[in-house]
Amino acid sequence: MDKPFRRRDLLGIRGLTAAEIKGILDTAESFLEINTREIKKVPTLRGKTVVNLFFENSTRTRTSFELAAKRLSADAVNISVSSSSLAKGETLVDTALNLDAMQPDCIVVRHGSAGVPHQLAKVSQAAVINAGDGANEHPTQALLDAMTIREHKKKIKGLEVAIVGDILHSRVARSNIHLLTKLGAKVKVAGPGTLVPKDFVHLIDAAEIDHGSKAEGQRPLAVCEHVEDAIRGADVVMILRIQRERQDSAYFPTLREYAIHYGLTNERLDLAKKDAIVLHPGPMNRGIEIASEVADSSRSLILDQVKYGVTVRMAVLYLATGGGVTNS
Amino acid sequence: MTETRMKFIISNGHLIDPAAPENTGMDVLIEDGRVSAWLKQGEPAPEGCEVFDASGLLVAPGFIDLHVHLREPGQEHKETIASGCAAAVAGGWTSVCPMPNTNPVNDNAAITRYMIEQAERAGLANVFPIGAITKSSDGSELAEMGEMKAAGAVAVSDDGRPVPNAGIMRRAMQYAKDFDLPVVDHCEDKSLSSGGVMHEGKISLLLGLKGMPALSEEIDVVRDIILAKETGAHIHIAHVSTKGAIEAVRRAKNEGINVTCEVTPHHFTLTDRAVEGYDTNTKMAPPLRSEDHLEAVIEGIKDGTIDAIATDHAPHHHDEKALEFDRAPFGITGLETGIGLAFTELVHKGVIGLERLVEMCSANPAKIFSLGGRGTLAPGSIADVTIIDPQKEWTFNALDSRSKSRNTPFDGWKFTGRAVATIVAGEFVFNDLGKAANS
Repeated sequence: MDKPFRRRDLLGIRGLTAAEIKGILDTAESFLEINTREIKKVPTLRGKTVVNLFFENSTRTRTSFELAAKRLSADAVNISVSSSSLAKGETLVDTALNLDAMQPDCIVVRHGSAGVPHQLAKVSQAAVINAGDGANEHPTQALLDAMTIREHKKKIKGLEVAIVGDILHSRVARSNIHLLTKLGAKVKVAGPGTLVPKDFVHLIDAAEIDHGSKAEGQRPLAVCEHVEDAIRGADVVMILRIQRERQDSAYFPTLREYAIHYGLTNERLDLAKKDAIVLHPGPMNRGIEIASEVADSSRSLILDQVKYGVTVRMAVLYLATGGGVTNS
Repeated sequence: MTETRMKFIISNGHLIDPAAPENTGMDVLIEDGRVSAWLKQGEPAPEGCEVFDASGLLVAPGFIDLHVHLREPGQEHKETIASGCAAAVAGGWTSVCPMPNTNPVNDNAAITRYMIEQAERAGLANVFPIGAITKSSDGSELAEMGEMKAAGAVAVSDDGRPVPNAGIMRRAMQYAKDFDLPVVDHCEDKSLSSGGVMHEGKISLLLGLKGMPALSEEIDVVRDIILAKETGAHIHIAHVSTKGAIEAVRRAKNEGINVTCEVTPHHFTLTDRAVEGYDTNTKMAPPLRSEDHLEAVIEGIKDGTIDAIATDHAPHHHDEKALEFDRAPFGITGLETGIGLAFTELVHKGVIGLERLVEMCSANPAKIFSLGGRGTLAPGSIADVTIIDPQKEWTFNALDSRSKSRNTPFDGWKFTGRAVATIVAGEFVFNDLGKAANS
């Protein structure tokens, strides 16, 4: 079977074709059943070693990758590095070479700086999986979001997806924009002007993807001036987490004002299609970017996202360490 | 290796001296470190005179790099004055002007003198230090510009730590004018660019890296021009990189304001697309800009708005660059690739002719920093000569660099055109022709 990603690294969604993305999602679907068994373990990756190298704290993503590895019988090692390589006096390249010398099959890396997985991949023999790098990409999050949408809407092509919040600093937004537009959805982004640069509309042009007609209204990506414009008529509303720690940079005055003007309330959600679903990459700031009544409603699929996260990561680890695409 | 020739002639070359209206078909006679005469080609060489055959080669007044970092004193693991000068002469530069961001900062005459003495010890390129504008370059109190000038400084700048306070910058210009010192500014309003690591635009959004907007450079350029107009001081804008900055300089020149500017080879060659892949050797300040800015740079080179080519040679040790993109230091080396880039990207692509190239690399820099007796090969001038083979094809291998550092995005690049001999005060400080120089 075809290798689903170049060099078996998964550095971002941007470098993948629609067929490759579908290949990963199909493979994930075939793994879905394993996670419902009483004994949730198959021998597929027995003897393979997966290193989870996390330079940023993340309970959810790290646990998800760890469970994914273990359910496929791989040996998973977690390394949490609270500080950067610089602070340790070791260069990033040294860190990579030292880990690589232990001959893992796969290094899953999360880092606060954009591009670190790309830098590791240049020197590492192991397959490198990007588990989130700075504001660049978070490919497995976009894949699990896509899987959630596909399971509920039975398709992605032709859907309208609103992404609301801190677009500028969001790796989740970037990966989702690439993925959803590649699969034929229309994406509308909105949020405070300080966090939603107008130039964002060129994101996918800059990635040099041929989308055919670029007439206004035909563009697969739109930047909306108001949150309401993005949500109106949407099939999917994706809410981004507000990074409280970024508050000192003063991109908006107060969390209170953010909640009032940009938060997803039932009133705002009513602008979307009747059967619209709500996604959030977590962890949620209840009452800020998302009202509790929305988060807890049946339209919110936040726990499904977490569930599919394990499945998608099983597929990614399987493909990265040598497996072929499974068509369901 | 330094070879001394008391008296020799450079014959059959293509002499270009922008200071002289008519200079084709001339041989250059050099005696005791100075140009003594021009002789018509074909005339017999004077008695006892060694002949350097420069057939097919460009013979130009020594190239002067207005903007380098030699890291000494303080950061000798990156570069020393000796290693930086070795890189300079191998790249065809006879003179270099080091910025004051050494450790300690070159904000006093003792350090200025030390830098010049180290250069004399190395005996390669001329070193004309640039002193700090403010003490420790911290932007608050003026440094002793008069004393530094007396010690040999040719300009003042706080380079990478541009003076943020317009009131202090105004005073700096008023004061520098008393000593006829040009004020060199790395224009960057850090309130707009702080935390940024590349040009702000589509590519920074795509890569998830924090941007440094073009307007951060432009606001400072406009501020400086207004201050130069009011004070009458000479402001020299370092490494212009944006459309708006170049337009502002063009307007100011038309108004007769005393402003000059330089451009780096990387800014007329690369765009922010080069940052894809997160190679930290594409990180510098000002950052590689987008295509429209590069077009404006080329236009500014063509129409004369941009006066000079300067490399902004900024060596950093490999360990410092082998970091996360947003943590790695700004800067790349440039002394050994500058002329290759200028020929390959400008001359051979028809952007400018040889005359204008020599103007930008020698005649204009000498004027901008008032380096008397340089930037020309007129009889009586100092015998600093750059001899270039414009057609020589070569590949730059960073591992062969004379610099102590290897931080370049041009490793493995193929160029057409390079310096084949560099003469400083009548001495061959770099000679790649070897046996071609015969009697």
